[in-house]
Order: sequence, then structure tokens, then C-alpha cells
Amino acid sequence: MIKLEAKGVDFYYSDFHALKNINMQIESNTVVAFIGPSGCGKSTFLRLFNRMNDLIDGTRLRGQCLVDGKDIYDKNVYVDELRTKVGMVFQKPNPFPKSIYENVAYGLRVNGVKDEKLIAQRIEESLRSAALWDEVKDKLKKSAFELSGGQQQRLCIARALAISPSVLLMDEPASALDPISTAKIEELIYSLKKNYTIVIVTHNMQQAARVSDKTGFFLLGELIEYNDTKKIFLNPDKEATQNYITGRFG
Amino acid sequence: MNTDILNIKRKRRSQAITFGLFRVLSYMVILILLVILGFIIYNGAGSISWNFLTGYPEDGMTKGGIFPAIVGTICLIIGSMVFAFPIGIMSGIYINEYAGNNWIVKFIRIMTNNLGAIPSIVFGLFGMALFVNYLGFGDSILAGSLTLGLLVLPVVIRTTEEALKAIPDSFRTGSLALGASKLQTIRHVILPMAFPNIITGLILSVGRVSGETAPILFTAAAYFLPRLPHSIFDQVMALPYHLYVISTSGTNIEASKSIAYGTALVLIVIVLLINILANFLRKYFGNKVKMN
Repeated sequence: MIKLEAKGVDFYYSDFHALKNINMQIESNTVVAFIGPSGCGKSTFLRLFNRMNDLIDGTRLRGQCLVDGKDIYDKNVYVDELRTKVGMVFQKPNPFPKSIYENVAYGLRVNGVKDEKLIAQRIEESLRSAALWDEVKDKLKKSAFELSGGQQQRLCIARALAISPSVLLMDEPASALDPISTAKIEELIYSLKKNYTIVIVTHNMQQAARVSDKTGFFLLGELIEYNDTKKIFLNPDKEATQNYITGRFG
Repeated sequence: MNTDILNIKRKRRSQAITFGLFRVLSYMVILILLVILGFIIYNGAGSISWNFLTGYPEDGMTKGGIFPAIVGTICLIIGSMVFAFPIGIMSGIYINEYAGNNWIVKFIRIMTNNLGAIPSIVFGLFGMALFVNYLGFGDSILAGSLTLGLLVLPVVIRTTEEALKAIPDSFRTGSLALGASKLQTIRHVILPMAFPNIITGLILSVGRVSGETAPILFTAAAYFLPRLPHSIFDQVMALPYHLYVISTSGTNIEASKSIAYGTALVLIVIVLLINILANFLRKYFGNKVKMN
């Protein structure tokens, strides 16, 4: 089943043509990695799917972005509702200045969940899914800032999972973390695949190769190649892809 | 490498001289403050007594207390806060969080800055024309509070804006990405984080309000009033104006000198207490919202 789809997407920051005629289909319950040099448009493309680019002044979109077959830029779509279905994890861990418990509860509370028992239950489930429960179960009332960077990032993943999205967008989720924390995040991504469609932007080629089923290579706003990860890394069709993954530029 | 071409000694010397100068100058600021405080305390402490703080002026304001002026100043502080804080904070939030960056916002910002540059006596005249005469409030706590409120509005707006600007965008995007509305994001994430800094700005404005004479000159302050105000439409005595009156146009300026210093001391202590309270509040809210 097709979860996410881009049809002839062009995107502009004022005069800058950031994405050029992107067409892509992402299937349910797969992990897709976007790779490419800085400024190639991969993060911009990722942020189209939960409409985070709406927050930037002077941007323009042409073409269609579909989630579950529906155009998410349609007038009838509520952005806040979309964002509960398409969750996001950012490059830098950004927990709120609240307790660990309240960080995970936040998404539920702002979306109108009042039942404290249900909230407590969802918090435990989410923290378990994010492989953080055992480390924090005795200090749920402590400030989230007391956690390490890697723990904070898993908390942000738990926070995103708590409102049961079906898609998880990850914008370089491990680039600010040490290798051990990175490994944990990667394991986590692998285990989350069962229930979520995951799109991850990364600068780390090995990471893309390890965690993803499919990989898209972006260059100067264009999607150069999009295929099975194995194919991209072992035998890419395009020379530019070959040059990038072997480190000849980028 | 040949180290002869480097002149490390000169670098060290110029650094020592520069920072030495900075140090002397910053100590001088403390010294000036201490001299002023010491001078006021030395001259004013003698006249402070229970009767002085709770009594009414007597004998043409050469004896007795300053109780009505203390009450008046507190009324004006509270009145102007009630007016300026909600409007100022809400404007600051609107400008920084909602309005975007178009010409209207730029215009509002320029106007806010200009408002802050207007001399306080001009506010006094304006307050008299609008509140006292046109709206018919008369010389009253209400008219004085509104005038003082206008005076500090730019400070409140500015500090609210700056406090909000200091919060990294990652907290906003993090909240919005969870499906929170803009209002929820501000209410539950941004404001609690900005609150300690907003409080600082508010307190600075209170300090300013309590010490201003010119804006209340034509709008609220009474030369002498042997009773406490009954309503917000009553005139009041106020500490800074009382100080001005008994030092320049009292019935016997020489005889009321010690009262003048006593009044100055009380005014300073009130501002000091407010500052201490502010610091306490900032620490309290700062601890509630641990940043690191």
C-alpha cells in the first residue's frame, strides 16, 4: 500500500527553486532514507509531509503531496490533525522544559485527551516502544533535561509515538549523538518498522545502508535516484549516485 | 618557527591595561551607587519612625508622617500594573509570535520605541488632556495610573518581545509537530519558559512607575491630603511628588529637610523591596522551568 506520495512537486523559498519536479512513492511499513549533500533539498522534501514548511515565510509549493491518497495541502485539511498522523523527530533533541512524563503526555493533552489512566498507559507504551522505559521508569517526574542527549532523543521519539501516528519523519535524528546512542536509535528504527512508515534524512551513508529498505538520492533539488537500498549502494544506475556514495563529492 | 617575530608581551600588556580600565570603571559605578545610598540613609534614617511611616503630615508638612503618600504610591503602582501588564504582554506576544514580519509589525515596533523615547512630562500633559479633562476622570488614581501605564507600556512590550525571542524555535516546532495549535504552544511551552525574563522587565517598569513625578503632576498627585483615597476617582499624595513639594515649595523648606530625606529613603526601600520580590519570583519560576 502506498503511504506517502509526491506528484510533480516543485518547491520554492522565495526565488530559490529548492525542489524540482519530485515524484516518489513510499510504501507502508518501510523505512526510506534520503541521502544527498547539504542543501540538496532532502530535509525540505521531508518537511513537506507534515507541512512544517508552512512555518517559513515566502515558500511556494506546486504539485501534490499525498498521505494515504489524500492531498494534504487541500483546503479541507487541518494541519494539526495531519501532524498527529505524521509525527516528526528533529535533528537536535528538543524536549520541553517539563518532566519526562509530561513531555510524553503533551501530544495527548493538546489533542484533548483527558483520561489520566489512558494517558499513563499510553506513556508507558510509548516509552517502551522507544526503548527508554527501563531507563526512566523510576524518574518519570524528573525534568527531561536531566537525561543524556541520546535519551532525550528517544524521549522525543516516544513523544511522537504517544499520539499514534502512522508515519514518522526523522530529520537526521542521530547526527547530534554519540555512536552508542546512534546504534540504539538505529535498532529502534528497525523495530518500529512493524507499525510505522519511517522516512529518515541522514548524512551518514552507513546508517542509510543499515536501516533503510529504500533510499532516495537528492542532488541540487532533484531526486536523482530512488530504489532499493541494496541496489543504490551496490549497483546504482546513475553515475552521480555512484560518485556520492563512494565519497567522490559531497 | 622563528618566535622572534611574535610580540606576545605587547599583547599581554594591552590586555592587562584594557581590562584594568574596565575594572576601575565598573567599580566606580558601584561606588557612585553606594555614595547615593549612604547619603540618603545618613540623612534620612533619623526621621524614620513608626509614626513617620503610619502618620499623616502635620504643621504644614514640617512634622508628622508620610502615610498617605506611601499609600498613594502603592495605589498608583498597582493601578498602572493592572493597566499596562495585560496590554503590554499581549501586544508583545502578538508582535513576536503571531504577526509575522510584515510592514505593520515593523511600524508597531518603531512606534513602540518612539513611545518609549517621549519625555515623561509630555505623558503628563497628554494624560491631563485625555484622562483628566476629556474623559472627565479628574485628578485621580485612575487618571494617574493610566498615564503611568502608558509611560511603561513600551518597556513591558519590549521585554516581553525580547523574552519570547530568546526561546529557540526548536521548542515551537517541536510542539507544533505534535499537533498542538499555536495558542497551545505559546500557552504551555513558550510562555512558561519566557516568564522569568518577562518578570524582570515588569519589575523594571514598576521601579520606574514608583519613582516618576512628571506624569502624575497634572493627573493624580495632591499637594496635601489629610486622608486616604476612598475610590479610584480620588486624588492621592505620592512619594516622589511629596518629595518634590517639600523640597521646593513647602511651607518651610529648611524645617522639612529631614522629612524629605526620610521620604527619599522610604521610596528607595520600596523600589528595593519590589526588586527583591522580582528576583525571588524569577528564581522561583526559573526553577520550575529548568532550562538545563
